[in-house]
Amino acid sequence: MRFRTAGTVVALAAAGALILGGCTDSGAPAGDGGDGTTSEKVPYDEGTTMAELAEAGTITIGTKFAQPLFGLAGPDGVPVGFDIEIGKIIAGQLDIAPGDIKWVETVSQNREPFIQSGEVDLVIATYTINDDRKKVVSFAGPYYEAGQDILVPAGNPEGIDGPEWFADNPDKTVCSVSGSTSVTNIQEYTSNVLEAADYADCLDPIRNGQAVAVTTDNVILAGLADQSDGEFEVVNNPFTAEPYGIGLALEDTEFRMWINDVLEQSYEDGSWDAAWESTAGAVLDLPEPPAVDRY
Amino acid sequence: MDAVLENLPLLWGGFLRTLALLGIAGVGALILGTVVAAMRLSPVAPMRTVATVYTELLRNTPLTLVLLGFAVIVPNLGLAPAGLDSRGQFFVLASIGLTLYTSPFIAEAIRSGVNSIPVGQAEAARSIGLGFGQTLGEVILPQAIRMVIPPIVNVLIALTKNTSVAGGFFVVELIGASRGAINARGDEVVAILLSVAVFYLVVTIPLGRLQAFVEKRVAVLR
Repeated sequence: MRFRTAGTVVALAAAGALILGGCTDSGAPAGDGGDGTTSEKVPYDEGTTMAELAEAGTITIGTKFAQPLFGLAGPDGVPVGFDIEIGKIIAGQLDIAPGDIKWVETVSQNREPFIQSGEVDLVIATYTINDDRKKVVSFAGPYYEAGQDILVPAGNPEGIDGPEWFADNPDKTVCSVSGSTSVTNIQEYTSNVLEAADYADCLDPIRNGQAVAVTTDNVILAGLADQSDGEFEVVNNPFTAEPYGIGLALEDTEFRMWINDVLEQSYEDGSWDAAWESTAGAVLDLPEPPAVDRY
Repeated sequence: MDAVLENLPLLWGGFLRTLALLGIAGVGALILGTVVAAMRLSPVAPMRTVATVYTELLRNTPLTLVLLGFAVIVPNLGLAPAGLDSRGQFFVLASIGLTLYTSPFIAEAIRSGVNSIPVGQAEAARSIGLGFGQTLGEVILPQAIRMVIPPIVNVLIALTKNTSVAGGFFVVELIGASRGAINARGDEVVAILLSVAVFYLVVTIPLGRLQAFVEKRVAVLR
């Protein structure tokens, strides 16, 4: 991504006056939640990643493009969702306009490689923090705590109330995505797990009677329920805790701590709440923001 | 490397399922492909037409679409194999899809071999009173099969790799298992993918060697 940065610097020089003018005007941050409260920038030192990015005037963020409510790209290729809003809050603190953020699609399998190769500066992609991942990337946050839940046809015809139901009904199949943490979790209750390539792929086996439910993080299920026009509903009984973090280069502790500061400020000034209400809040209740983990 | 060892049981399970898909679809496609080739060579015009349509339809459709049809449309019509749990059903459906998709390639390889046998062989067989089936089965095919071992092994090697498409349709073969391993150990993605490649090579390279061996054994000295 270094060559692109160089190109942007040239462009920046040309449009420098314009951008500077824009900066002086916009006392308020890029987000629309900072009304009335303090809109101060979280400070950072020279020579850090933050200074580099702010000078380049652009940031590359990896996110999901197929995750309703969190990161979903429309036909125009611009993703929308809660993860996107969090990205805008962070970029806003670096004086990077939402339009100058370069969004790159990351899927579960390539998040670590993209961070390690420098292809992206940040990954905000419903990215669960765990110890194995911490060996190769750093995590700021968590900025949201999801939990594994169960999606069933509307009206819940089987009466599924939680994962224990599958232990009592071992001949009933539950569907999830192969390789996901959700599969490992549900396998503690039943071995009758159908493994699909994508969560949306799980819906056809349910319609065809080959599975009775989908299980994974509640936010993903909420997205599926949201798009199904009332055909499916979430049981709403989370049985795990999945802290979603922001992935960045290993050992860039300054950047990590700075993002943690940004997140904490967004909790206080209401921009986190606003980000939630304008996206996932359409389906899920406003949760309490989780405490960031400054490991 | 430790990530690969840690997930070896998972990958090994995936490897066995890949082998099972290869075995079932390979044998199925060899049998079905021979039948289709025979139909296309038969003197009965409707049979030739059916075989031609079958060949052109299946070999010109992307495998992903064929398997999607078997994984989604067939169960939707209520035609999923009964008496199996869901995973078993999808395994059977994927095996059928791979068999059907591969059989036209086998059939065409066999037909090219048959076409390479001088027509005098068939005329000689018919002139001593052998029927169509006997001519094909006793005279032409034994010679033709020898000629088509390299292309058939080619098709089987392609099939080995094609089984990975089933990983997208509820069958946890090598690629599906690697997704699990990668999610568990995102810090070692490259090592895990390399180990998956090695698993495929463990199948495909011996297939190539087997081809050389069989070719030598059955070579016809002309």
